[in-house]
Amino acid sequence: MAVFARKPIAPLEYSRTLWTRLWVGAVMIFLYAPLVVLMIFSFNDSKRNVVWRGFTTKYYEKALGNDQLVEALINSLTIAALATLASLVLGTLAAVLLWRFRFPWKGAIDGTISLPIIVPEICLGVAFLMFFAAVGWPNDLIWPFNLGAITIAHITFCFPFVTMVVRSRLASFNREQEEAAKDLGASEGQVFRDVLIPHIKPALVAGALLSFTLSLDDFVITYFTSGPDTITFPVKVYSMVRFSVTPEVNAASTLLIILTVILTFIALKAQGVKAIAETH
Amino acid sequence: MTNTAKPIIQIQNVSKRFGKVTAVDNVSLDINAGEFFVLLGPSGCGKTTLLRMIAGFELPTEGRILIDGQDMAGIPPNKRPVNMVFQSYAVFPHMSVTDNVAYGLKIAGVKGGEIKDRVAEALDLVKLGGFGERMPDQMSGGQRQRVALARSLVMRPKVLLLDEPLSALDAKLRAQMQFELSDLQEKVGITFVTVTHDQDEALSMACRIGVINKGEVAQLATPSDLYEYPSNRFVADFVGSVNIFEGKLTLDEPDKAAVDCPGVGKIYLNHGVTGPHGADVWIALRPEKIYLHVPGEGKAVKAAAQDAPDGYNFARGKIKGMSYLGDITLFEIELESGARIRVSRPNLSRHDQEDFTWDDKVSMHWRADSPVVLLG
Repeated sequence: MAVFARKPIAPLEYSRTLWTRLWVGAVMIFLYAPLVVLMIFSFNDSKRNVVWRGFTTKYYEKALGNDQLVEALINSLTIAALATLASLVLGTLAAVLLWRFRFPWKGAIDGTISLPIIVPEICLGVAFLMFFAAVGWPNDLIWPFNLGAITIAHITFCFPFVTMVVRSRLASFNREQEEAAKDLGASEGQVFRDVLIPHIKPALVAGALLSFTLSLDDFVITYFTSGPDTITFPVKVYSMVRFSVTPEVNAASTLLIILTVILTFIALKAQGVKAIAETH
Repeated sequence: MTNTAKPIIQIQNVSKRFGKVTAVDNVSLDINAGEFFVLLGPSGCGKTTLLRMIAGFELPTEGRILIDGQDMAGIPPNKRPVNMVFQSYAVFPHMSVTDNVAYGLKIAGVKGGEIKDRVAEALDLVKLGGFGERMPDQMSGGQRQRVALARSLVMRPKVLLLDEPLSALDAKLRAQMQFELSDLQEKVGITFVTVTHDQDEALSMACRIGVINKGEVAQLATPSDLYEYPSNRFVADFVGSVNIFEGKLTLDEPDKAAVDCPGVGKIYLNHGVTGPHGADVWIALRPEKIYLHVPGEGKAVKAAAQDAPDGYNFARGKIKGMSYLGDITLFEIELESGARIRVSRPNLSRHDQEDFTWDDKVSMHWRADSPVVLLG
């Protein structure tokens, strides 16, 4: 008998109960099935892309050969990179300011800094449209300066996220470390570089990932701020889908997904996922 | 111990107010070069504020602080010739032990080769040789404290400030570190200024102790003077355990004095106290200086009569409480008047704790040089 006896389930071993497994499996399917379908149909040898008609990679060739699509992708990546860099600097400075200093109107600034997160995107988009029109923002600049308006708009809604994650990380900072560094002769700048930045590093990585992905897949605000000749990847995909959902769109999307996954993986690897999980 | 009596730190009429709260109130004290000085006081008494003012993290509202003769006003913490070991140790978690210890030297622009030598020397000093590559999260609390110590000592400061250095260690380790810190201080010859609320720590490590109460210096003395000759009730009560009785001074001559304590008895001292005659005074009597006698009070009377007139330095009572602590037994004795008095008795033999039990009638005596008269 003992041979067939299973090891009893320990009190906290929830992952071994059937119901938990079913539930987790259902959640996984719900989350990832659409993505998997998207990827599979990027290899579909059919123009209509509703029924499976055989395997092909020709739509990848087509997507990569579509100059407009490639240009849109490059634009998107450039905007995302610039917006991420600027958001990191701005967001971190704002977080340190709100954490460290006392000044008049601090409460008001604290409250409004996350406003771009809360305000509906459509409102932000319209606001930017009107703002850039009002200031007479030129839309005939050469690349990459023609991306300026979109980049500025993206920074606006990205940097509050950086501020949020950096601030929550700063809350766990032991101020005695800062004093210890000063006590050992460090200047304010050296304290910032040697003690504070290493402490908030995991938050910086998280903030950068957030900014990058938010910027990369933003549609609404970009739609309102892009000029006639500046097109980003999501906007381009949208305009392609309006005619028909071809496997070319699937192929392009699959490439983008793979690209984001790789970037995320590199960022986490560079930082050490362990560090993020453990230092808190 | 080299006591050149040259002040390395001079605190002159220093006060610190946070809004309406006065944390430090007109404190003046000198700390001598090469001594192990301890600031002792209950939490919230202002001792840490005082230490932080020496380090430069707080600025005095009034008064001034001189380090090695130089006024520290306007000098930021990173430019002061003192280093501090923080209560949380504040070891940089993202740096190895070596990098932690080398940090101050790197900032100071010391050359690589010298940094290496000095870091190795400092780590050896705190018995962490060979731990250089470890990260702080791989070390115990005690080891991290040693890193913090090495990190400060490597700077060769004129004064080392320690904020509650032992409070986070367990009892055994704390006792060991008390000895090690004293040893270390003698070895490096740097002035140590320590803040603590733990009187054992203060008594065991210090050359001199400044007892701080409500922002003021209550007494400045060597450990034994502080214990045996407290100058006021706060110090007597805070340092060690004590019985305090209220009384009136009835006799005060150069070589003898007597105090009448209602409810306790007549207390005789073999020295004068120079207090106003008939004044209200307090008597402090340490529990270990009271001798307990087994039933039959003849012995107690006889013992008391050895150095005091008849009827003085003698009391009768009943045992109301006992706690056996291994090395000593603590007794709480109710006198006939209802007053309670604490007596401790060393367990010199294995069966000593069997001598007495609850509700035993006992008599007590103490020597004429044991009571301390307190005027405030």
